[in-house]
Amino acid sequence: MTSSRLFPLATTFVIFLIAYGLCIAEFPNMLSTRVVGNLLTDNAFLGIAAVGMTFVILSGGIDLSIGSVIAFTGVFLAVAMGDWGLPPVLALVIVLVLTTAFGAVMGAMIHYLAMPPFIVTLAGMFFARGMAFLLSIESVPIRVELYDTLQGLYFRMPGGGRLSFVGLSMLAVVLLGILIAHFTSFGRNVYAIGGNRQSAELMGVPIARTTILIYALSSFLAGLAGIAFSLYTSAGYSLAAVGVELDAIAAVVIGGTLLTGGSGYVAGTLLGILIMGLIQTYIVFDGTLSSWWTKIVIGLLLFSFIALQRGLVWLSARRRGAAMPA
Amino acid sequence: MARSEPLLRAEGVTKEFFGVTALSNVDFELAAGEIHALVGENGAGKSTLIKILTGAYRRDRGKITLEGEPVDPADVKDAQKLGIGTVYQEVNLLPNLTVAENLFLGREPKRFGLTSHREANRRSREILSQYGLDIDVTAVLATYSVAVRQIVAIARAVDLSGKVLILDEPTASLDAAEVTRLFAILEGLKARGLGIVFITHFFDQVYRIADRVTILRNGQKVATRPIEGLERLELVSMMLGRELKEQEAHAAEPVDYSRKPVIASFQGIGKRGRIAPFDLTMHAGEVVGVAGLLGSGRTETAELMFGIAQPDEGRISVDGSPVSFSSPREAIRHGFGFCPEDRKLDGIVEDLSVRENVILALQARRGWAKPLSRKEQEEIADRYIAALDIRTSDREKPIKFLSGGNQQKVILARWLATDPRLLILDEPTRGIDVGAHAEIIRLIGELRERGMSLLVISSELEELVAYATRVRVLADRRHTGELEAGAITPDTIMRAIAAGEDETPGDRGGQGRATEIMAEGAA
Amino acid sequence: MTMPATLKRVLPQLIALLVILALNTAIAPGFLDIAYANGRLYGSLIDILNRGAPVALLAIGMTLVIATRGIDLSVGAVMAICGAVAAALITSDHSLPATILMTLGVGILCGLWNGALVAFLGIQPIIATLILMVAGRGIAQLITEGVILTFNVPGLIFVGSGSVFGLPFPVILWVVLGIAATLIFRTTALGLLVEAIGINRRASALAGIGTSALLLAVYAASGLCAAVAGIVAAADIRGADANNAGLWLELDAILAVVVGGNSLMGGRFSIAGSLIGAMIIQSVNTGILLAGFPPEFNLVIKAAIIVVILVVQSPASHTLFAFVKNRPGRTIGAPTPAAKTKEEAAR
Repeated sequence: MTSSRLFPLATTFVIFLIAYGLCIAEFPNMLSTRVVGNLLTDNAFLGIAAVGMTFVILSGGIDLSIGSVIAFTGVFLAVAMGDWGLPPVLALVIVLVLTTAFGAVMGAMIHYLAMPPFIVTLAGMFFARGMAFLLSIESVPIRVELYDTLQGLYFRMPGGGRLSFVGLSMLAVVLLGILIAHFTSFGRNVYAIGGNRQSAELMGVPIARTTILIYALSSFLAGLAGIAFSLYTSAGYSLAAVGVELDAIAAVVIGGTLLTGGSGYVAGTLLGILIMGLIQTYIVFDGTLSSWWTKIVIGLLLFSFIALQRGLVWLSARRRGAAMPA
Repeated sequence: MARSEPLLRAEGVTKEFFGVTALSNVDFELAAGEIHALVGENGAGKSTLIKILTGAYRRDRGKITLEGEPVDPADVKDAQKLGIGTVYQEVNLLPNLTVAENLFLGREPKRFGLTSHREANRRSREILSQYGLDIDVTAVLATYSVAVRQIVAIARAVDLSGKVLILDEPTASLDAAEVTRLFAILEGLKARGLGIVFITHFFDQVYRIADRVTILRNGQKVATRPIEGLERLELVSMMLGRELKEQEAHAAEPVDYSRKPVIASFQGIGKRGRIAPFDLTMHAGEVVGVAGLLGSGRTETAELMFGIAQPDEGRISVDGSPVSFSSPREAIRHGFGFCPEDRKLDGIVEDLSVRENVILALQARRGWAKPLSRKEQEEIADRYIAALDIRTSDREKPIKFLSGGNQQKVILARWLATDPRLLILDEPTRGIDVGAHAEIIRLIGELRERGMSLLVISSELEELVAYATRVRVLADRRHTGELEAGAITPDTIMRAIAAGEDETPGDRGGQGRATEIMAEGAA
Repeated sequence: MTMPATLKRVLPQLIALLVILALNTAIAPGFLDIAYANGRLYGSLIDILNRGAPVALLAIGMTLVIATRGIDLSVGAVMAICGAVAAALITSDHSLPATILMTLGVGILCGLWNGALVAFLGIQPIIATLILMVAGRGIAQLITEGVILTFNVPGLIFVGSGSVFGLPFPVILWVVLGIAATLIFRTTALGLLVEAIGINRRASALAGIGTSALLLAVYAASGLCAAVAGIVAAADIRGADANNAGLWLELDAILAVVVGGNSLMGGRFSIAGSLIGAMIIQSVNTGILLAGFPPEFNLVIKAAIIVVILVVQSPASHTLFAFVKNRPGRTIGAPTPAAKTKEEAAR
C-alpha cells in the first residue's frame, strides 16, 4: 500500500512506540504484562465502541449517541436481570437487539431525511440517556452468576499480567472489525461512501442499506461496549459513560482515520485507544501529575492529527492542481 | 464503419425538465467498432442525451434499441448490465480506494465468503495489462495521474459492460502524450468491436479519433456526419448555429485606443495549466468580446483579471500603478466587477431578497460599519429594478424565485450599483429568455457609451458582433488572436476560432485569419 | 418597519412558549404568581428566566455561528475555562473589572482559535471546535488545579445571584446582551453579510465580502458569549467547577437556536428567536418538574423536539410537501421527489 495512506497510521504507531519507550525509561515497571493487561481491561469498553465509531467516521459521518447507548445498556441489563428477573442471556440478547434497531433507525433518518448525522445522533444521545434515566436514576448493582463467571475468566500471561475476558473481547471485536472493514463488500462500501458519496452511488454502491447498516453496527457495538462496561463495573448507572463518544472520536482520529471519511484503519483505532490509555497509565504511575493532563494531551494530539490530515489533503490537491480541469 | 444494423439506436428521444425542453426529438446511432464524437456547446443537450442512454435519466418520449432489441435502462446499474458503460469527466471512481478495489467495487471476488484481495489484485493486473498499464494495483488511485485514473475507469466500464462505452470529456485534463495513449487504447477497444461515444470540445481530437460526429445544439440534433471530408469550418458553424455566408462587417468605427484612457493593463499574466500568459489592455469606453469554444480558457482569463485565481507570472496595473489582487475584494476596491458564468453557484445568494442581492457588493465595499440605510437600499433596488426592467412582484422577494434572466439582471445591478470602471461579464445571456437577452445586449452598449470598460465572454457570436469593439479569440487555453472593429462578423470570429483550434494555423481563412496580439503589449 | 417583521418571524416560537406556559399553569395553578420580597421578584416565571440564562447567553453566539453554516461545540468547555480563569484571577486579588475584562478576553481568544481553524485551515466547524471541546475541560482543570476554586467576592457573586430592578442579574445580562447583539448585527451591515456567507460563501466572496474576517468575528462572538455564561455559572455557585460548568450546554444552545427557527444550514437568523427557544427549553424543564415527572424525562422530550424539527426542516420532506401541494392526486407514475431535485440540480 502507498505511503500517503499509511502515513497517519505509521505516525500513530511511532508515537505509541516512542511514548511507551519514554514511559519505560522513566518507570521501568511499566514494561510488564500486568500493565499491558490492565491497559486492555480498563479500556475494553471504549475500544469496542471506538471500533463502531471507526466505521461511522470512515463513512464520513459521526455518532454522538454511543456514550448514552452504553449507559442505557448497563441500566437495562441491571434492571432486566434484577427487577424483572430475566435470564441473563435473554437480557443480553434483548439489549443487543434494541441497540442495533436504535442505530438502524438513526441511520434511516440520516439517509431518508437527508439530515446531518451530527444532529440526528444528538437526538439519539438525548433519547438513549433519557431512556436510561427512565429505567432507573440510581446505580443498580448487577449480581448474577454469569457475571461472576465472566469476570473470573482470564489468561494469566507470563509475568503475572491478567488478560481478562473483557480485554480479550475487545481484541476479538477489533479483529472482527478489521475483517469487516477489509474483507467484506460492506466494508468496501463504507470506504466508498466516505470517499465520495456521489461516485459511490454511480458505481452502484447501495447507499441507503449501507448507511443504515453503519449506524446499526455502531449502536450494536455500543451495546456490546455497554455489556463490557457493566462487566467491568458490575452495575448499571444512567450517568455512566458520559462523553465516551468524544473519547472514541479522539481515539479514531489519533488512530489515523480521516475525519472527513474514506481513509483509515480499525487497527489504528486500537493504537489510538492504547495511546490514550498509556497517557492515563503514565499519569497514575507518576503520581504527581493530575488527570486533566490526559484531556489536554489528547486535545493536542487531536489537533496535530487534524492539522496533519489537512496538510496531506492540501499537499495532494496542490500536486494535482496543475492538471485540474477548468 | 457505420454498418447496416447499428449497435445502439435512439429515435426521437425527448426530455423535458419542468416544461423546459432539454432534448427534443433527437435521433442517434452508434455502430459496433465505431468511435462516434458528440459535440455541442454548453446546454446543447449532450449530457442529457448520454444520461438517458446510461439510465441516469428517464426519457419522456422516444425509443432506444441495443442490438435491435428495445431497451429501457432504469438506472446506471441496469444500463451496465445491458452493456452500456460510462466514464464521466469528474465524478470518477474513488481516489481513496486502491486500483483493484475500484475495478471490483460492487462485485468483489469472494473466497470462503470473504473478499479475496489476492484474486482481485490478480484479475486487476490481468485486466489492466490489456491496456498496456503495468501499475501497482494495491496502491490507492489518488497516487496516480488523471490519465491513469481515466484508463482504470475505462477498464472498469468495459469490464462491466462490454458493448457500448460512453466517454464524457475524458481528455479535458490530459496532456498531449496522455491523450495519445488514451487514443491508442480507444483504437484497441474499437478493434474489439465496441461502440464508443466520445464527448469532447477539442476539435483536433474529433478529427484524430472519431469516425463520425453528431452535432447537437439547443437540445436538437443538427447533423450526423462522417469525419472524412468534413471541413473544420463547417463543423464550427454547425456547432454555433451559423450559416456560412459573408456578412456585413460590424457597424462600429475602428476605435483609436491611444486616445482613450487606459483603465487597467494586464501584462504577461498566466497560470500554469489554466491559461497561457497573455497581454490585455482595457480602455475606457470599449467592449472587449472574448470568443472561443468551451474549455478554451475564457473563464480562466476572467478569473485572473478579477483576483479569483492568482497569476504565476506577469504584471497588472490600474491607472498606471502596479497592483496585485490576492482576492476579488481587492479587484473590487479598484473598481472592478464580475458577473460569473454559473449564476446559481457563484452569483445569487438565493435566500436573500432582490434588494439585498442588489446592494451586496456595494455594502461589502463600504464595509460593515457603514450600512446603507433601509431607505437607500430600497432606492437603489428600485432604481435598478426599473432601469433594468427586473420582473419581480416585490423587491423583498427572495432571488431564488426569479427567472434566470431576472436573476442575471439582479447580479448586473449588484455591480452597476458599485459604479465599476471595469466590468467583466461571463456568458451574461446564457439560459435566459429572449426579452431579457435583448435588454442585456442593449445595456452593454449603454454602459460602453457612458465610458465603462467591459470584457464580455460569450459563445453567441451574433451577440459579440452586436456589442464588441474588438474581439479576443481563445483556443486551447491560449489567446490566439484578436479582431479589430470593422472586421468583426460571426464568420470572421468563427474562422479565427477554427484557425486557433487548428494547431498549425494555415493561411486558408483569408481576411478572417486571426491577427496576432503582439501589437497589444507595446501599447 | 422592522418590528412587525421580527414579530412575525418569531411568532411560532412565541405561540409555542405561551402554550407551554399555559400547560404549566394548568399543571401548577400558582405557576404565574410573582411575589416581591427583599427587593427582588420571586416566582416560577422569574425562575425560568434566571435558570435559562446560561443557555440563552450561549444561544446568542451560537445563532451567529450557525448563521454562517457553522457550529460551535466548544462553548461548554469555554464556559468552564472562563469560569476557572475568573475564579483564579479574583482569588489572586485582581480587581473585579480586571478579572472580568481578562476573562472576556480569554473567551474571545478561544473563539478566535476556533475561527482560525475554520476560516484559514478550512477545517469543518464541527471538527475544528471538537478540539477545544475535548481539551477545554482539561485546560480549565489545569487552571483550577483540579479543585472547585471557590471565591467570596461580593462583586463577582453579584453577577450570578444579584438583582437589579427586582430582576436577577443574569436575566438582565442575557436580555441586554441579546439586544446589544441584535443592534450590532442589525443596525450595521454585519447581519446581512453573515447571512450572505452562510447561504452562499462562494458568491459572497465574489461579491467582495471578507469572508475569513467575518468567520473569525462570529466565532469570537461565540467565545465572548461563552465567557459571559461561564462567569454567570461560576458566580452562581461561588466557585469554578471545571468538571461540570457548562457540561452539555453546547447541545442545549444548539437546540435553542434550532427551536428558535434558525436553520442548521445557515442563512437567515433571529437572535430573538433563539432566546425564545432557550426559554422554551427551560419552560419544558420546569413544566416536567411541576408535573411530577422525573427531571430525566427532559432528555426524551428534547430528543422528540429534535426529531420533529428535523422532519420539518429536512430538504427531503420539503420536496415532498411541495410535491404533494403541486400535484394533488397525480402521484402514481410520477417521478420521485428525490429524482426531481437531482435533475433540477443537474441542470
